[in-house]
Amino acid sequence: MTRTLVVVGYGMVGHRFVTAFRARDHERRWRLIVLGEERHPAYDRVGLSSYLDGRGLADLCLDRGELAGDPAVDRRLGVAAVSIDRDARTVRTSTGAVVRYDALVLATGSRPFVPPVPGHDLPGCFAYRTVDDLDRIRAASAEARDGVVVGGGLLGLEAANALRLLGLRTQVVEMADWLMPLQVDEGGGRTLGRLVERLGLVVRTGNGTGAVEAGQDGRPRAVRLTDGTEIPADLVVFSAGIRARDELARAAGLPVGERGGVLVDETCRTEDPRVWAVGECAAVAGRTYGLVAPGYAMAETVVDRLLGGSAAFDGADPATKLKLLGVDVASFGDAHSATPGALDVVHANAASGTYTKLVLSDDARTLLGGVLVGDTRAYPTLRALLGRPLPASPEQVLAPAGGGGLSADAVPDEATVCSCHNVTKGDVTAAITQHGLTDVAGVKRCTLAGTGCGSCVPMLGGLLAGCGVEPDRALCEHFRHTRAELYEIVRATGITTFSELVRAHGTGRGCDICKPVVASILAGLAGGHVLSEDQAGLQDTNDRFLANIQRNGTYSVVPRIPGGEITPEKLITIGEVARDFGLYTKITGGQRIDLFGARVEQLPLIWRRLVDAGFESGHAYGKALRTVKSCVGTDWCRYGVGDSVAMAIRLELRYRGLRAPHKVKAGVSGCARECAEARSKDFGVIATEKGWNLYVGGNGGFTPRHAELLAADLDDRSLIALVDRFLMFYIRTADRLQRTAAWIEAMEGGLEHLRAVVVDDSLGIAEELEAAVERHVGGYADEWAGVLADPEKLARFVSFVNSPDVPDPTIRFTTERGQIRPSGPGGPVPLPLPAVRPEAVRA
Amino acid sequence: MRWRAVCRWEALCPELGAPVLVDGHLIALFRTQDGELYALGNVDPVSSASVMSRGIVGDRAGEPVVASPMHKQVFSLRSGRCLDLTHPELTLPTYAVRRQGDVVEIGLP
Ligand code: SRM
Ligand SMILES: Cc1cc2nc3c(=O)[nH]c(=O)nc-3n(C[C@H](O)[C@H](O)[C@H](O)COP(=O)(O)OP(=O)(O)OC[C@H]3O[C@@H](n4cnc5c(N)ncnc54)[C@H](O)[C@@H]3O)c2cc1C
Ligand code: SF4
Ligand code: FES
Repeated sequence: MTRTLVVVGYGMVGHRFVTAFRARDHERRWRLIVLGEERHPAYDRVGLSSYLDGRGLADLCLDRGELAGDPAVDRRLGVAAVSIDRDARTVRTSTGAVVRYDALVLATGSRPFVPPVPGHDLPGCFAYRTVDDLDRIRAASAEARDGVVVGGGLLGLEAANALRLLGLRTQVVEMADWLMPLQVDEGGGRTLGRLVERLGLVVRTGNGTGAVEAGQDGRPRAVRLTDGTEIPADLVVFSAGIRARDELARAAGLPVGERGGVLVDETCRTEDPRVWAVGECAAVAGRTYGLVAPGYAMAETVVDRLLGGSAAFDGADPATKLKLLGVDVASFGDAHSATPGALDVVHANAASGTYTKLVLSDDARTLLGGVLVGDTRAYPTLRALLGRPLPASPEQVLAPAGGGGLSADAVPDEATVCSCHNVTKGDVTAAITQHGLTDVAGVKRCTLAGTGCGSCVPMLGGLLAGCGVEPDRALCEHFRHTRAELYEIVRATGITTFSELVRAHGTGRGCDICKPVVASILAGLAGGHVLSEDQAGLQDTNDRFLANIQRNGTYSVVPRIPGGEITPEKLITIGEVARDFGLYTKITGGQRIDLFGARVEQLPLIWRRLVDAGFESGHAYGKALRTVKSCVGTDWCRYGVGDSVAMAIRLELRYRGLRAPHKVKAGVSGCARECAEARSKDFGVIATEKGWNLYVGGNGGFTPRHAELLAADLDDRSLIALVDRFLMFYIRTADRLQRTAAWIEAMEGGLEHLRAVVVDDSLGIAEELEAAVERHVGGYADEWAGVLADPEKLARFVSFVNSPDVPDPTIRFTTERGQIRPSGPGGPVPLPLPAVRPEAVRA
Repeated sequence: MRWRAVCRWEALCPELGAPVLVDGHLIALFRTQDGELYALGNVDPVSSASVMSRGIVGDRAGEPVVASPMHKQVFSLRSGRCLDLTHPELTLPTYAVRRQGDVVEIGLP
């Protein structure tokens, strides 16, 4: 018989509970009713602050609609539970409904504590907990200049940073004598304070908030501190701690902890066997946890128990690592040296702004805790060593380069290396040896280590090395080879199809990693159209539709505009096409124009018009040459010494369509003022009095790097010969998705070796490389013109093969600033961002 | 089961998914290299965009799969389940599909 489980609260822990429950209750023994007071589906509160730097709510959303279609889940948003009747086993909701439960899980989180000082409730005073809070803060910030954050803890600093990003002059008021007093000690807090002030925030420690003073408009004017000072404030954010939301439980007569929180045992069950509590609202054996990881562990515990298991929540020691405002801070274990007899070993460097403290047992051997400010690279290793003997002297451990003296070997087998998934070093090494794992991806797959916050990933690499595993360079499960090796195989054997290649040199039917790689290799060596029947299925969706996919399944169109030079006539054509098809139009960072929002079936119609007007594909979708950016150069500029526009166009037309391991960008500047930013490109050309300087290996993107000088004062012909060799050598030898910068960095001998090969022809292949480019130039044909001329290829550009005239009904737009943008269910998808936000881990 | 003809067998290239619309269902139709037919929901559960037919088809340890073209989550063509450990809860609906002579048909209950 189906039983009913009512979950009150749909925040981070409530969401984890429901998804974990549904993932395990395959037989649907339980029906879930989820009551969420907030109007939004569960979202990532830990990442809340990023909501203010432009990430929308949808980016933060944890609930991706997978529960919406689940018949076992009845999710009610904007509905709060108002009371519990434990005798009747019912919950009354804010809509007046009464729901009966067989089991009840409270996941109501906590509320921000607002000290009851005079003026705390003026309009213009806010808490910092929900998306709605942030909306209110953002709206009020438009009219405000001075912000004050009450509370210099972890959340207070986050709030202060948010106000700073909203353009307010911001001060932080902290009662304790230093920032983040809960997590770090005085020395660390003072170092942190200096680093934070360098960023333009004003920190006032050792001072409480006496009152918020109102101006004539009834909004805040100033904050009066306990020492009497008044500091200007037209917007105040309170971040002075949190209180568990245990009110439902209290009213239902359930015991609460001494400092609040629904009192539960180590199985997270209250005194009433049908009622459980998880997350911030729970006091497990009397203790509450203000972090998400312990809450997740509680959720998993209750899921297991309800489904007949015997899991228990074994307590969690909060460890904190965050990087906010570009400042790294980590603290773990007994950061305040509270253990009797504890010894501190401190390293502080005021100049570089780093502070490190290790807390050791009285015999100076066991690691009890620590604080790291300014440089937290040693954190993963140290955290794993918590409660264990130090493997080296404290000085060695604290050696510069962040615990550089300490390798993964130093960590004992029983130590937890991945706190998110509770995986020990022993678990990882056993998986490596038993399953013959050869890379971090394999370790992640087998042990789940590294798939949470990601902070242990560097350590996993170290453990692989420790097991004597050479990093595996195999492309994927289908090919043992690297991309460069496959390139050589195809070149040597003359194989022209993926099927032949995988049959002879790989296994299985390939995947989304090896197929695009082989497609790119074949495009360079075998020729033929990239959408020929053999090759179309190998292409990533962008290459398959010769356009860039967007979040709602539409595509963008980027015609080539070589060197960024365009005639008025062509501009008008682009404008007309955009207007006639209702496309969103934007100037790109690559000196051309991008038209967004085309449905697949519109792409050929759009390109018909563009091709007729003399445009061709810009390969914005391909791992191929993108743009050659130019400046105006000698034609117009009074400083120019070389014709940068002509050279940019010449280079762009020469290398257009050339498929490579990753995209390739270039730039040409007419003089050393470098208006084309050529040195931020894979290859950059700068005019000199005597010719051209060629720079290679630059890029923007994730890891910006300036290109380095490969050769100076070249004439046109030698410039082109060197670029030919450089590009073809890159295409032959780089790894998959390795830009030229990373390729040169990984190359043995680096730039010197590259120069030897490309300029001095040390391998004797220069002629061959140039000839390969020459063949490409000779064989070039516009890919879009090729599609338009071929009915079979055209037939694939439909939303539905059985109803070619019906547009995809899921695609909808609204308008913004006079143009379309996606709306409706085509929701956005967050990309895994680098770990730049606070994260909590169990120690 | 109601069977609906959706396309010619010949028009379905191996390992090149095709989107079809059957009684309001958005379906991605696949023919693998060995001639098997599969039909899954076309809506990518992560992005909610109707794009699964545009994903790359291949295998994972022998299991036929398609990778979402949006953010690469891999789904079994047989069961519709997501095979990525990080998203075990995601599934695509599966549909009955068969070849009748030169015609491919989708079956709805
Ligand atoms: C449209 C554009 C932004 C704009 O509105 O200006 C853009 C848009 C995209 N960029 Fe970009 N990038 C654009 C200029 C840039 C630039 C600036 C430049 O080229 O001068 C950079 C930094 C320079 C560089 O690449 O070194 C840039 C660094 C990236 C990166 C990071 C690359 C890296 O090596 O770290 C990615 C991700 C990737 O390629 O893997 C990316 C990826 C993307 C993709 C393709 C993401 C995707 O797969 O959907 C975006 C889709 C394009 C589309 O739908 O048409 N885009 N992107 C620019 C198109 C230029 C063009 O005309 O082709
Ligand atoms: C800005 C910010 C940054 C943070 N950074 C970190 C960090 O770096 N690391 C970390 O570990 N933690 C961090 N946290 C804390 C983390 O967000 C919480 O630990 C986590 O959200 C707790 O999850 P929860 O489900 O218990 O509570 P919540 O996520 O607060 O969810 C509780 C939900 O229950 C709802 N609710 C309450 N009462 C009722 C009712 N009667 N009926 C229906 N619904 C109800 C609430 O509206 C809320 O939506 C941060 C928090 C904030 C605000
Ligand atoms: S790089 Fe030199 S030539 Fe080109 S626009 Fe700038 S100043 Fe003029
Ligand atoms: S993923 Fe391993 S510690 Fe977070």
